[in-house]
Order: sequence, then structure tokens, then C-alpha cells
Amino acid sequence: MRLKIKLIILFSLLCAAMVIGLIKGAVDIPLANLLLKDSQAILNLRLLRIIAAILVGSGLAVSGIALQAILRNPLAEPYLLGTSSGAGLAAVIAVVIGVSRVYMPLAAFLGAVLSIIVVYNLARERGVIADKSLILSGVIISVVFSSLIVFLVSLFGNEAMHEMNWWLWGSLQVYDYKLLLLVTFPVILGICVIYLFAQDLNAISLGEEKAMHLGIDTQSIKKIIILITALISASLICICGIIGFVGLIVPHMMRLLVGPNHKVLIPTTCLAAAVFMILCDLLSRTLFSPIEIPIGVITAIIGAPVFIILLKKGKRIS
Amino acid sequence: MKALLKVENLYGGYYKEDVVRGVSLNVNPGDFLVAIGPNGSGKTTLLRLLTRVLPLRKGEIFYKDRNIGQMNLKEFCRCVAFASQDIPAGFSFTVMELVLMGRIPHLKRLQYETRRDIEIAYEKLALTDILALKDKRIDELSAGERQRVVIAQALAQEPELLFLDEPTAHLDIGHQVQILDLLKKLNRENNLTIVMILHDLNLASAYSNRIVLLDQGMILKEGRPEEVLTYQNIEKVYKTIVLVNDNPVTGKPNIVLVPGDKS
Repeated sequence: MRLKIKLIILFSLLCAAMVIGLIKGAVDIPLANLLLKDSQAILNLRLLRIIAAILVGSGLAVSGIALQAILRNPLAEPYLLGTSSGAGLAAVIAVVIGVSRVYMPLAAFLGAVLSIIVVYNLARERGVIADKSLILSGVIISVVFSSLIVFLVSLFGNEAMHEMNWWLWGSLQVYDYKLLLLVTFPVILGICVIYLFAQDLNAISLGEEKAMHLGIDTQSIKKIIILITALISASLICICGIIGFVGLIVPHMMRLLVGPNHKVLIPTTCLAAAVFMILCDLLSRTLFSPIEIPIGVITAIIGAPVFIILLKKGKRIS
Repeated sequence: MKALLKVENLYGGYYKEDVVRGVSLNVNPGDFLVAIGPNGSGKTTLLRLLTRVLPLRKGEIFYKDRNIGQMNLKEFCRCVAFASQDIPAGFSFTVMELVLMGRIPHLKRLQYETRRDIEIAYEKLALTDILALKDKRIDELSAGERQRVVIAQALAQEPELLFLDEPTAHLDIGHQVQILDLLKKLNRENNLTIVMILHDLNLASAYSNRIVLLDQGMILKEGRPEEVLTYQNIEKVYKTIVLVNDNPVTGKPNIVLVPGDKS
């Protein structure tokens, strides 16, 4: 029953964050006025950003939780499989060969998927995915793709540079609400499937052998989780580029607050990450308005200190 | 007596090399069987083969006449549990959460633990004498307490057969005896069949009813402690000279080490 209270508190926080996200902006508009006809456009824009924030926050945080559990590595994050550099590279290539902006998300998605396929196959040995190989392959592919990005940028200059920055630091500016809608399905579905595996994730976080001794088919579950997290991060990259720290920091914060039991951790983190993203997005568009700070910068600057404080406090309690 | 676990001509190991080479063994209901042998003799590999962590290369294992490879993994884990040397403290689960995980083989996906599962967890916490620790986090516990959590978790699976891999490895002598006394009690009173690896030959002698001596992946000798723990067998396998006399209290063989350099 304590879970219910936690969820209610977090849900109220989410509602509050949504309201603040709606009324604050380059211009502050009271809630009542937002519903008037002449602010309809602004309301729509802000609403789309909030939906994107909720989707991105929960998607990245839950993927982070799942990967951290199956790899038993606190540094695992949703872009572990090289999705970020894969998407970035594809986007830069698209700019260089002059593909229309409309196809940019598709290019990024394909780039992300390609990098996952490469990393997964590099890590697989005799049908088994070893944790270390997966992490190392991810790192190697990221390095190779990132250097290719820099290579292209140094050849083709400014235009590619601008595009790269957008991908590497992310934005919740929604260009196309249909795309947002399209991405919503795989992300929500992915989060739900990960939640279905909450019990298995608990067991696997004790070690692969222990999980097998508890009757869990560890190898299959690992593969399913890798596939789902990859799908989530590749889909999210399409709409918002790469937003760091969310998948790393929010799960850790929530583990300190609610413990490592995934049945509790996943739903609470989902809500907390949504709140976190809405507030970060609010800061990114209001701090130096009308200039928008890339949201990845905000998540890092806000996230890191909050995390350090929690870590120190958590240590003192236990 | 009908065997609980029947192992026939088992081969298996890692990559191309077999570590276990031709082991046949019967585990009878109510056994307290201890596997001994030098490092690298295949004890742990044998346990991993018997608990389906490693695939067999050759041979067959039957649990109550059923081939274990054909049993559903969760079903298998409702009959057979495994307690490891330690529990990783990376994720700080509470003791209660960990013991409840022992109920996973009995649960469906996403099914929450029922009142009965929680009752069973409480029962196992009490049985292993860690009820007072139930809300503590695993990283706050001592090695002896953690070992009890490992055992309580395995017991929550309600197995008929419990495997243990050196449950006393990280413990001082006081805690070693406590843990083994607990297992002996479970063996006698709850009719739990136990198969475990031990390095300490005297503990193996004092607690087991049967000992299996492994050497180079094969069973060199199997039988009652006094049959297996002879100085000839020990010298042959461990390449160490020992004295074997009777423990004045238990009447079981007592192994005394003889230092090589007597000056």
C-alpha cells in the first residue's frame, strides 16, 4: 500500500509540473486565458512539448533501469548500444548528401537500428550475450561512429555541425505531431513490456546464475530487454535527438528513494522522470528566452548536483 | 530406496573441454551428501550441470524418473534449489525482498506474491533465525547473516532437494558450525535432501551421511565418511600426507594435517 501513496504523490507532482509547463514560457499565460481561442496555438505547442517530455523521460529512464539490471552495471544507459552515435552519424550523412529535413528522423532511426545490429552481433558468441562484450562493443562502435561524425563535420563544415549539435544535445521542440504520435506507440508498449519483466529483472540483478536457479530463462530475457530498450531509444532519438543523463540519473535517484525492487521502481521512475523532463524543458526554453538551451545541457547541469546530494544523503542514512 | 536424483554417465564443462568426465551418482531422499575434492576437480561444475546452469555434453540426469532437461525450468526450480556462496550486494534489496524472490518459481509473470507466499517467507526467515533482520538491506549484513539469507531464499522455493556450493566459505568456525547445524536440522526435521560442496574435510565428516570424493572430474570414491576419508584416499587425491583418527565426540573420522617442514 506504500506504493500507492508514492504513486499518488508522484502523480500529483506530475500534474503540477504539467500545469507549470503550460502556463510558463517565453510569455506567461494564466491557465484560464490559455483556453481562450487566441492562445490556442501556444497551448497546442506547449502541450506537445509536455507530451514529448513525458514520453522521453519515462522511456529513457525505464530503458536505463532495465539495462542496468540485466548488466548489473550502474553505468549502463539507454544509449549503451551505440544508438546515439549511430543516429547522429546517419543524421549528419543525411545533411551532407542533402536529404530533405522531413526524412531526417527516419535516417536517425535507421542509423540507431544499424548500430544496435552491429553491436549486438559483435557481442554475441555461441548464441550467448556476455555483459562485458556488449558494453565493450557498444563503446567501440560509439567511438568509431563519433569519429566518423567529426570527420564529416570537418569536411563539410557548418551545416553538418549545426545538425550534429542538435542530435547530440537534444530538443523537445516537436516539429511534427504525427511523428510524435507514431513514436508514442513503440515507447509506451516497450515500457509496458519491461514492466511485465519486473520480477525477472529483480532476479537477474542478483546475477545470471542466481536467476536461472530461480527458474528464469536469463538468456532469452536479456535478448528481449536489449531489443526493447534499443527500440525505445531509437524511436525517441527520432523526435528529440540524444538527451543524456535522464536514463542514468533518474533510475539511481529513485533506487535511493524507493529501493531496487523493479515492481516499485519502474512505475515510480516513470512518473519521476516525466516530472524531471518537464521541468528541464521548462528551464531550457525560459532561462535565456527567446534563446533555447539544448535540453541535454539542462539535464546534466540540474541532474548531476541533485544526484550527488542524494548519493551523499543516502550513504548517511544507511 | 528409490533415488531422488539419478545421474548417469555425465560429461560436461566449458567450451571444448569437459571438466566433469563420466560421473554416475544416486542421491537418495533424506541424504546429506557432501562432495569433496581438490581445486579444479569439478565439484562446482558438477553442481552447475546438476542445476541446469550448464548444458550437458553427454549423459542424463533424472529427477524422480523424469529427465531434468525436459522439465519446465520453473517447475524444476520448485523441486530443486541452489544456495550460492554469497549474494551480490550491488543492488541493495531488503532481506524480505530477497527471500520473497525465492517464491518466483511458484509465481506467474507479473503475479504479485500472495498472502501465502509472504507467510512462507516469514516461516523461512524464522527457520533460519533472521526474522529480526527482515527489513535490513543486504549490504548492511555480515557474511554469516548473508549466508542465512541465501539459504532462506532457497528454502522459500520449497525444494525437496537443496544444493549448496561451499556455504561456509566466508565464515568463521562459529558461524560455520551454526550454518551446518541449521542444515542438519532441516535435513532431519523437514526431510530436506541436501547435496553440498565443502572444502573442510572435518566438517564434511561430521555432518554428512555420504561423501563423494572427486578427482579430475571423476568420482574416485563414494560412501560413508569412514569409507571415503582414509589417509590413502586423501593422500592420493590431495597429494598431502594426513593423519586420520576418530573424533572422540562424534566417532567420525578426524583429519589432522601434517606440516611438510617439521623443523
